[in-house]
Amino acid sequence: MTKSELIACLAEAHPHLYQRDVERIVATIFEEITSALSRGDRVELRGFGAFSVKARGARTGRNPRTGEAVEVEEKYIPFFKTGKQLREKLNPNR
Amino acid sequence: MTGQTITRADLGEAVYQAVGLSRNESADLLEMVLDMMSKALVEGQAVKISSFGSFSSRQKGQRVGRNPKTGEEVPILPRKVLVFKPSQVLKSRLNERTDVKE
Repeated sequence: MTKSELIACLAEAHPHLYQRDVERIVATIFEEITSALSRGDRVELRGFGAFSVKARGARTGRNPRTGEAVEVEEKYIPFFKTGKQLREKLNPNR
Repeated sequence: MTGQTITRADLGEAVYQAVGLSRNESADLLEMVLDMMSKALVEGQAVKISSFGSFSSRQKGQRVGRNPKTGEEVPILPRKVLVFKPSQVLKSRLNERTDVKE
């Protein structure tokens, strides 16, 4: 399922909404999550999952081709933890 | 870094602000998006959200775990787990401030 398929399904279920509003709704949801994470906030959606940010410390890396040492700065990585309900739905026989 | 937790209510509010719908309908639409994504994932479909990331499910085999308290060996049964792969756009948005410094 892609973002455009998600928009199409949502539009079909809500025929009274304009297509561009449905697009805006979906875009807003992912934009809000993105901007929360870029502020360093966590996003917790009970039953679905939680997005958080993990810091990866600065390290000395190596250019794999030349073997040359390069400084890699500290960076932030988004992380998703599946919610309990969704995890249970994925594994129904347990 | 403000270290706050954003919830459904905040996302619903953002949807409400973005489109001229009622708060109730905004919350319903958010819920429906999450349901549709969950359903696709449970069916084994991958969910790809461009400029955000993709979710897919992966089958894990059985392995032997250990109860950390008692040291007792317990089998961990085969199970499905979700994997989220952030898009390049999301990753660079998280590191914008450090990018600016350079």
